[in-house]
Amino acid sequence: MIRSHVLICGGTGCTSSGSVAIKEALENEIEKNGLAEEVKVVLTGCFGLCALGPIMIVYPEGTFYNMVTKEDVPEIVSEHLLKGRLVERLVYHEKADETNVNTAMSLNETRFYKKQKRVALRNCGLINPEVIDEYIGVDGYQALGKVLTEMTPDEVIQCILDSGLRGRGGAGFPTGKKWQLARNLVQDGGKKYVACNADEGDPGAFMDRSILEGDPHALIEAMAIAGYAIGADEGYVYVRAEYPIAIHRLEIAIKQAREYGLLGKDIFGTGFNFDISLRLGAGAFVCGEETALMTSIEGNRGEPRPRPPFPAVKGLFGRPTVLNNVETYANIAQIILNGPEWFSSMGTEKSKGTKVFALGGKIKNTGLVEIPMGTTLREVIDEIGGGIPNGKKFKAAQTGGPSGGCIPASLIDTPMDYDSLLAIGSMMGSGGLIVMDEDTCMVDIARFFLDFTVDESCGKCTPCRVGTRRMLEILDKIIEGKGELEDIDKLEELAEYIKSASLCGLGQTAPNPVLSTLRYFRDEYIAHVVDKKCPAGVCKNLLSYVIIEDKCKGCTACARVCPVNAISGSVKNPHVIDTAKCIKCGACMTKCKFDAIIKK
Amino acid sequence: MKKKLTTVMFRGTRAQEEQLDAVIAELRDTQGAMMPIMQKAQDIYGYLPIEVQKMIAVKMGVPLEEVYGIASFYSQFRLNPTGEVSIAVCLGTACYVKGSGDITDRIKIKLGIEPGSTSPDGKFSLECTRCIGACGLAPVLTINNDVYGRLSTGDVDGILAKYM
Repeated sequence: MIRSHVLICGGTGCTSSGSVAIKEALENEIEKNGLAEEVKVVLTGCFGLCALGPIMIVYPEGTFYNMVTKEDVPEIVSEHLLKGRLVERLVYHEKADETNVNTAMSLNETRFYKKQKRVALRNCGLINPEVIDEYIGVDGYQALGKVLTEMTPDEVIQCILDSGLRGRGGAGFPTGKKWQLARNLVQDGGKKYVACNADEGDPGAFMDRSILEGDPHALIEAMAIAGYAIGADEGYVYVRAEYPIAIHRLEIAIKQAREYGLLGKDIFGTGFNFDISLRLGAGAFVCGEETALMTSIEGNRGEPRPRPPFPAVKGLFGRPTVLNNVETYANIAQIILNGPEWFSSMGTEKSKGTKVFALGGKIKNTGLVEIPMGTTLREVIDEIGGGIPNGKKFKAAQTGGPSGGCIPASLIDTPMDYDSLLAIGSMMGSGGLIVMDEDTCMVDIARFFLDFTVDESCGKCTPCRVGTRRMLEILDKIIEGKGELEDIDKLEELAEYIKSASLCGLGQTAPNPVLSTLRYFRDEYIAHVVDKKCPAGVCKNLLSYVIIEDKCKGCTACARVCPVNAISGSVKNPHVIDTAKCIKCGACMTKCKFDAIIKK
Repeated sequence: MKKKLTTVMFRGTRAQEEQLDAVIAELRDTQGAMMPIMQKAQDIYGYLPIEVQKMIAVKMGVPLEEVYGIASFYSQFRLNPTGEVSIAVCLGTACYVKGSGDITDRIKIKLGIEPGSTSPDGKFSLECTRCIGACGLAPVLTINNDVYGRLSTGDVDGILAKYM
């Protein structure tokens, strides 16, 4: 009999830090100790707290071990699994909270999880995503059964409409409305398609990947439900080729669903047919835009086309198509099972349900968090995120990736929902939330995003292709210390043209990072242009490295690491940096043990 | 994304071409088959030189421009072979905020190559990639199949030394 389950995170983050090797070592060790009949090891999807990976949870106790290595495995087996004693040094402690020091905590008690409400991520970190029975064991495919046997397509659409679910991919269009249009606008009895946007191109967002890796059947089930609702028998998942684990698990899941008769012909004996094909993206950000994505599935250069006609009328292969994002689909089965009222009881008036955010950048608890819409940014950063590391000050949070904007410290009490974020010049986007501290230069960040859009602009329309490049050139000029005040006006003027004249969402939103940093951090732009200084100490042309004579012990470490021999001085005497030779790589500063090198 | 054409000589084999033929035979009647065919072709050859693009164009009965148009549009299609040691630094936002730009600079200095290029001896290639989704480990770089996370510029020399 199995008396203990050991769950190990098999998401991309933990896999990168060796969780698969830990799983194998654990299985060997369990075998060696004759526990194979009593302890089961399960590789699950992402738990969300990527900062502490690799993560291991031992049930029934619910002991939460973090930063486990292969070398820890024998001790975990001999102490915990054999003798029932916790391996204290690996147990997660919340250092911020004194009362909890030295008590083993279960996952749900931690600050990171306490405020979360996991709907889309409900099964990530709970089930083995490669075994369909585990999904069925947590009510999987029940919603599909209910829909096919008890509900008409119109009832399904009404249910999704009533729930208030809005698209989780960026723009927040009501999902039920989208389905209704695809069902009703064209009724010629011809083919219709269901498609899933799993081309998570927004840098810094990885919730879709986690759902694909941790709960792929949730997507398959929801797509089948959508197929029934709009009258489609074929679905396409367009997934990024950069996500090999997600692709692998999705392939397994589709195969298993076919074997169980949950995909294919005559599902649940109701005469409903539905099947899903995978299409791999090939690294083009613009393919996250719906019309470009469909052009890419058709096998062409992924260029967008003008709308209307909207995909609900003319989508994939010229036929009516519903396209939703992975996280949107992940909510569907729960809405069907628990009812639209349950879903709409969460969140705010216009933004219902929960939203997953990928918390990254200068924050302690990097990872995935799912919170009811309307939770404030402060709660996310200070409570769930555990604050900013190294005692630094919070400066801004960036949402919406290259299409979004930043939220300055003064607006930290903004509720995180579609409309509140739009009102302050940012946007929900797909849910990337990058935290920045005082060491981040906002001009540099704006440049970073614009560089990204210039690179990813498909080139079809002029405002985006040429306009963003001109903006980038102006930003480069400012960062190099050659900017003039009128450059800032030019940036704003160009931004308006690009926003109003671009063909697709990529171009229409490309200027947002610049506009929002100008709105909240104009003084930083002015400092670059007028004082020729970078207040955060990032822009290399505007700063120089110097050695503080009093602090330098003359250890020569900096001189040895300098790649261009710009540092001179004799042993045990203060060294000097030749600023003419210095390429500002910062290697000396990282090497110095006495904090004697500063940027100014 | 701007792409430079390769100057490395193409060394395709008969066996590789047979594999490509098999892929095309299997997929040619699928709707929207061009991308999957090119992706599989890249798996077979490791990259998509103009010679392979020509083969695909001829076998599929489409103009070469169409194949080249797709190959140059998507960043994952490589027109150049990668080095024996293929280094990719993630330049997603989370990694960038945590200093992956400085890490790239350090690698450039150490190896003397620019992102998107291969060293003349074919040993090292350096790429700046889009977000690989390992934001929890930022900043991240990958070398062949090894992932290195939570880096600082000081770690770069030691990591590269393993592959020298």
